[in-house]
Amino acid sequence: MYFARVREAIGRDTEERELPADVETIGECLVWLAGQGENYTTAFAEPSRLRFALDQQMVWEETLLEGASELAIFPPVTGG
Amino acid sequence: MKVVRISGEVFDSNAELAPLAKLGGGAVASFTGIARDDEGVAALELEHYPAMTDANLNALVDEAIARWSLLGAILIHRVGVILVGEPIVLVGTAANHRAEALEACAFLIDRLKTDAPLWKKEHRVDGSATWVEAKASDVVRGDSWR
Repeated sequence: MYFARVREAIGRDTEERELPADVETIGECLVWLAGQGENYTTAFAEPSRLRFALDQQMVWEETLLEGASELAIFPPVTGG
Repeated sequence: MKVVRISGEVFDSNAELAPLAKLGGGAVASFTGIARDDEGVAALELEHYPAMTDANLNALVDEAIARWSLLGAILIHRVGVILVGEPIVLVGTAANHRAEALEACAFLIDRLKTDAPLWKKEHRVDGSATWVEAKASDVVRGDSWR
């Protein structure tokens, strides 16, 4: 799932993907997705400005995907 | 008493806070965030991650109630389009004494700003729109409660 600036850059809010077996962490998933098209490359150009949630829990680039079903990628939050 | 609501509707802060004053405590504190009249801004648009926002706000309110022994707490956040001058967020806390109510209220708004998956976009009168950037000062305030 993608939100805010990331959603707009990619051009969709959700998608289903089968990840290659060697993609084990969020960071590796980002690198793999960035190779899937120019829109992804643009959206992930500044990884330090990205935040991640795995099955709705905040996680980090180093976090293992470990069979999680829902990954969300978004900019730092700005509610309130 | 606990109320957590994410809503597309305008709310009335006074009406929402009224029940907190009837819980038998001596203190009610509140914070209302309003869409600021920055030059050229006509409206804000709030996007969120529904299931995660709901769980996140509930967890924050539960933590505040336990940490400051609150008698009650409410947290209402709007999503969708919010016109300049309209309320965006309301935090209300009720406790026996003022210190608990005030601290818990500050905790809730500070941590909401750094933890809750919500994003603001500014729509300008000239038709342009930009995403609001997160502030480092908000992160410092949010982290001060950890």
